[in-house]
Amino acid sequence: MKISEQWLSEWVALPADTQQLAEQLTMAGLEVDSVAPAAPPFSEVVVGEIMSADPHPDAERLKVCQVSDGGESLYTVVCGAPNALSGLKVPFARVGARLPGDIKIKAAKLRGVKSFGMLCSGKELGLSDESAGLMPLPGDAPVGEDFRAWLGLDDVVIEIELTPNRSDCLSIAGVAREVGVLGDVDARQPQANAIEPVSDAVPSLHLASPADCPRYCARIIHNVDTTAPTPMWLQERLRRAGVRPLSIAVDVTNYVMLELGQPMHAFDAKALNGGITVRRAYAGEQLTLLNGDTVRLQDNTLVIADEQVAVAMAGVMGGADCAVGDTTESILLESAFFAPSAIAGRARQYGLHTDASHRFERGVDPELCHIALERASALLIDAAGGQAGGVVEACETAHLPARPSVSVRPDRVNQLLGTAIDPNQMRSILTRLGMPPSEQGEVWQVSPPSWRFDIHREVDLIEEIARIYGYNQLPSRRTSAPAAVPRQSERHLTNQRVRALLVDRGYHEALTYSFVSDTLQSQLDPESTPLALANPLSADLAVMRTTLWTGLVRALAYNRNRQIKRVRLFETGLRFRGSIDELTQTSVIAGVAAGPASDERWANDQRTVDFFDVKGDVEALFALAGPGLELEFNAQAHPALHPGQSAQISLAGQAIGWLGALHPSVLRALDLDGPVYVFEIERRAFDERALPAFSALSRFPSIRRDLAVVVDEAVSAQAVSDCITQTAGEHLEWVALFDVYRGRGVRDGCKSLAIGLILQDNTRTLTDEEVDAVQQRVVARLREALGAELRE
Amino acid sequence: MSDDLQALIEQADAAIRAATDLSALEAVRVAYLGRKGHLTNQLKSLGTLPADQRPAAGQAINAAKAEVTQRIEAAQAALEHAALDQALEQERVDVTLPGRGNAPGGLHPITRTLERIESMFQGVGFAVAEGPEVEDDYHNFEALNIPPEHPARAMHDTFYFDARHLLRTHTSPVQIRVMESGGAPVRVIAPGRVYRCDSDLTHTPMFHQVEGLLVDEGVTFGDLKAILEDFVQQFFEADLALRFRPSYFPFTEPSAEVDVACMFCHGDGCRVCSHSGWLEILGCGMVHPAVFEAAGIDAERYTGYAFGMGVERLAMLRYGVNDLRIFFENDLRFLRQFR
Repeated sequence: MKISEQWLSEWVALPADTQQLAEQLTMAGLEVDSVAPAAPPFSEVVVGEIMSADPHPDAERLKVCQVSDGGESLYTVVCGAPNALSGLKVPFARVGARLPGDIKIKAAKLRGVKSFGMLCSGKELGLSDESAGLMPLPGDAPVGEDFRAWLGLDDVVIEIELTPNRSDCLSIAGVAREVGVLGDVDARQPQANAIEPVSDAVPSLHLASPADCPRYCARIIHNVDTTAPTPMWLQERLRRAGVRPLSIAVDVTNYVMLELGQPMHAFDAKALNGGITVRRAYAGEQLTLLNGDTVRLQDNTLVIADEQVAVAMAGVMGGADCAVGDTTESILLESAFFAPSAIAGRARQYGLHTDASHRFERGVDPELCHIALERASALLIDAAGGQAGGVVEACETAHLPARPSVSVRPDRVNQLLGTAIDPNQMRSILTRLGMPPSEQGEVWQVSPPSWRFDIHREVDLIEEIARIYGYNQLPSRRTSAPAAVPRQSERHLTNQRVRALLVDRGYHEALTYSFVSDTLQSQLDPESTPLALANPLSADLAVMRTTLWTGLVRALAYNRNRQIKRVRLFETGLRFRGSIDELTQTSVIAGVAAGPASDERWANDQRTVDFFDVKGDVEALFALAGPGLELEFNAQAHPALHPGQSAQISLAGQAIGWLGALHPSVLRALDLDGPVYVFEIERRAFDERALPAFSALSRFPSIRRDLAVVVDEAVSAQAVSDCITQTAGEHLEWVALFDVYRGRGVRDGCKSLAIGLILQDNTRTLTDEEVDAVQQRVVARLREALGAELRE
Repeated sequence: MSDDLQALIEQADAAIRAATDLSALEAVRVAYLGRKGHLTNQLKSLGTLPADQRPAAGQAINAAKAEVTQRIEAAQAALEHAALDQALEQERVDVTLPGRGNAPGGLHPITRTLERIESMFQGVGFAVAEGPEVEDDYHNFEALNIPPEHPARAMHDTFYFDARHLLRTHTSPVQIRVMESGGAPVRVIAPGRVYRCDSDLTHTPMFHQVEGLLVDEGVTFGDLKAILEDFVQQFFEADLALRFRPSYFPFTEPSAEVDVACMFCHGDGCRVCSHSGWLEILGCGMVHPAVFEAAGIDAERYTGYAFGMGVERLAMLRYGVNDLRIFFENDLRFLRQFR
C-alpha cells in the first residue's frame, strides 16, 4: 500500500517528520517498506503554454515553438515531440533548469535554430515510465506557476506492507485512523455528502445469495461525458499510489477505493439488460472479463448478473460487455459489501488478483458502501458531468458481518504480557481503537468496530493493547530453567557424531534439494516410482528423492565440472518412498566418493579410490554403532551398481543399506568418469547401539597361530571367517585376516587367505596341545565345509 | 714408571689415534690389553724381577694399563658418538613437507549453524523434535489456525502432492505434533527443511528453519523476549540491540517480528540492512489459543510462546555469505571454507 504523505495529512495531523511517522507505523505493525520522494528533484520547471508551433526549416521531425511562461516575452524552443501543438500546456524547463539525471538546461542551437529551454515529457521529469510525447497539462493549468508547487510534488510516498489481518488499513482513511490512534489525535471520519437526485432512474436490485452479498448499493448517472479528462490532481494521487490513470470512470472508482477502502465498479447502464441480481454463477457459465480473458465460471463464484447473463465477477473484476467506454452515456455505479468467505480464493482460482479481490477477501467495512458511492458520484459529476439518480440499497441486515462483543479480562492481559499495565490505560487504548469497553469490573465487554475483521476473542484484544502500548515497553523476564533432567538415550547415536566421523575421514557435508529430476533419479533407482509434486518449479525439481544418491551424484558432477578431482561428499536427511498414501520418510546417511584415494601429497598413495576405501568409511560408521553388531556385507545385485562391486548391508539379518560402485552404464548415462562409489545407510542403524558390557581382562598370554588356506574365488572371506568362528570354540579371541594372495603357487580361480587365530583363556595359559587341537579342528572344518586346502 | 712403559703408552696412544672406527680400536685394545697384549705381557714378565721390585713394577704396569684403558674408552665414546651423529644425520627429514594422510572435511554451514542453535537451546532445557517433511494440510495449516482460503496461505507458496498433502512450508507443524503426542508442558525446538514454491535471487525452494515452542503455566511475552534477546546475543557473540515489531501469524497472538541491529553498520544503515539499520531475523509470538484447542491443551491454564527463525539468513549474517543460492550448489570450494 503506497501512501502519499500529503494526502494522508488531509485526514490526520502527522508527526513533524516522515521518519518519525514511518517509525511509528512500523512499530505498530504497519511495516514501512520504503519512504521515497513523490518525484525526483528538479528545478526551474514551470507550467508553459505553446503559443505557436512551426516546422523547423532544416529538420523534418523538429518544430520551432514559441512558448509562454506567463511573462511578457515568449521563448523559442525547438522540440521533437509529435504532440507539440499550438495551445497545449506542458511542463517547461527554462534555461538554468536542472532535470533528473543531472541534466542542466542551457540555451543551445538545434539545426541552426537557437532554443531556450525544453518542453518535457512525464518520463523526463521522472513521473512516468513511458514517454508518449510531451506531458499534456489541463487547460486550466496556471501558466507560469512552478510545476512542482502546482502539482504538490514535494511529497513523500510511504510504502506499507500490511499483514492480512489489517484490511482496515488498505486506504488513506484507514491509515489515518491508525495514525490517530497512535498519536492520540482525531482523524477525519469518512462521511457521505449526499447528492440530491436529479434523475428518477433507479436500478432494480436483487440479492439472490445474501450470505455472500448482504449489501449492494447502486446509482445510475445519466449523460456522463466518459471522455472527460481526469483532473490532474486526481491523476497525481493515483500515480503516487502506484495506480495508472486510465479514464475518468475507472480513475474515480480507483480513487475512492484508495481513499476510503471501498472497491467499486462502474457499468455501462445501457448495456445492462434489466435489473441487477447478485447470485452464484451457474457452473460453466461464461464471462469475458475486462482484461479480455473469457473464463468458465465455477458455481462457487459470486457474480453480478443482469436479467440474462453474468456481467461481472463480484468483488474481483468487471465484465467486458458492460464496461464503460467512450460512447457510454449512463453509468451504473456499484458499491457493495461482499463477504470475505465469498471472495477468498476465488480470484486465485481463475489466476487473478485484483485490488478489489485483495480487499474483499480480507474484509471491507460494510458501513462504507453508501459513503463511497456518494463520494464517487460527486467526483464523477464534478469532472464528467451527468445527472445522478437516487441511491438504491438492497440489504439483508441479518447477513451483515456479526460483531459479537468480545470479553477481555485486564488481569489476563497483564498475565499474558508479563506486565502491570493500569486498566485505565487499557480502557483508553481500546477506546482510541474505536471499541470502548463496557461493564467495568474484572470482565470487560468490547464491541469491535465495523472496519475490524480480526477481533474475535480475548487474545485479539490483548494483542491490540500490547501493540498500542508498545512491544518495546514490554519487560523481558528471565526465569531459571526447570530442574528436570532431559531424557538422553545412550543407545541413540546422534547425527552430530555420525557427521563428525565422516567429516574427520575427509568428507564434506552437502545439502541437496529433496526434489530432484525424475530422469536422473531413474538412472540411480529405476525400480521405485517417486512421489511427484503436483506443482513443481521445473523438471529438475519435480519428484521427491527416493535415494540421496540423486542429489549427491549431481553435486559430484558439479564439482567435477570445476576441475575438482577428489570428491568426498555425504548428506543426512529424508528419502521418500511409496505413494502418497503409503509414504515412508526414512532418515538416511549417504555418501559419494570419487577420484584419488588420498589428497595429492608427496607421501600419499596416488591410486584411485576403491571399494575398500569406502567400505572402510562405512565400517567406521558402524563401529560407532557397535560393539557386537551383527553386520554383514552381502554381494547382491543393485540395478545402479557394478555387479561385482555391490554389497547390501544388513544388520541382524535386516537390510539397512547399500555400498558399491556405480554401474559403468549409469556412469555413461550421467556422463561421469568412474569409478564412483556410493553408500546409503538407514539412520536407524544408529538408534539401538548396544551399551558396552565389561568383560574381565585375561592375565594369561594369548597364543597366535597363523595359517594360509586356499579356497575357490567364489568362497567369501566372510564365509571363511564365519566357519572359523563357529568351529574354533570358546578360546578364540579374534580372527585376523591379514593377507589375500593370488598368483604363483595358487591355482587359477583360487585365492589364498592368510589368517591369524588368537586364542586365550581367562584362567590359565593354553597348552600347545589344546591350541593344536583347535587349529586342526578349524582346518578340517574349512576343508569339509568350504573345500579349503591348507597351503604349505 | 719406566721409560719402556711410557714408550708403550705413547705407542698405544698413537695406535688409538690412528683407529678411525670401532673395529680398529678393538684391535688396538687386543694388542695392548688382550691376553697376549703388550701390557699383559709386561705383567707376565714381573716374575723375572727381584721380589722387592715387583710391587712397584706391578703398580706401574697397572697404572699404564689403566691409562691405556681410559684412552681407549674415551676414543670409543668419541667414535660411538660420531657414528650416532652420522646415523642421525642420515635420518634427517624436511620437517616442512606435509604429513601423510588426508585433511578432514567439513560440515555444511547450515548444519554448523543448526548445531550451534540446537546446543544453545539444549543448554536451557529444550529438547530437539523432528517431524515429517511431507505433511498433511491439517498439521501444516488448519491446526495452526490457517483454514482453507485464509489469505495467509497466499504467503506460503506451497508445493502440493494432492489436495491433502504438501511439503511443509514451515517447521510449525512439529509444534502440533509434539503437543498432540505429549501434551503440556512442552519445551522443544524443531529444526529442519521447509519448502516454498519460489525461486529467485533471494529465495530457494528449500530452506531451513528452527521452530521453538515453550508451553507451561504462567509463560509470558516477557519470557519470549528474554530468551530471544539472550539467544541473539550468544549467536552473534555481540551485544546487539533487538526490537520487537507487531506482526501477524495466524498461530500466534500477540505476534512479533524481531529485528536485530545490523552487525555490519551497527545501526547506521548499510547495503546489507537496506539502510534501515535493522535486520529482520525471526518471527515469534504467544501461542494462539486456537492452536492449543486444536492440540487438546487447556488454553486457559497454559500459555506458551513460539518462534521460528530462518537458518540460511542467520548463517549468511554470521559468515558473511552474500548469495543464498550458493548454499545448495555444494561447490567444494565453498564447502571447504567451513572446516
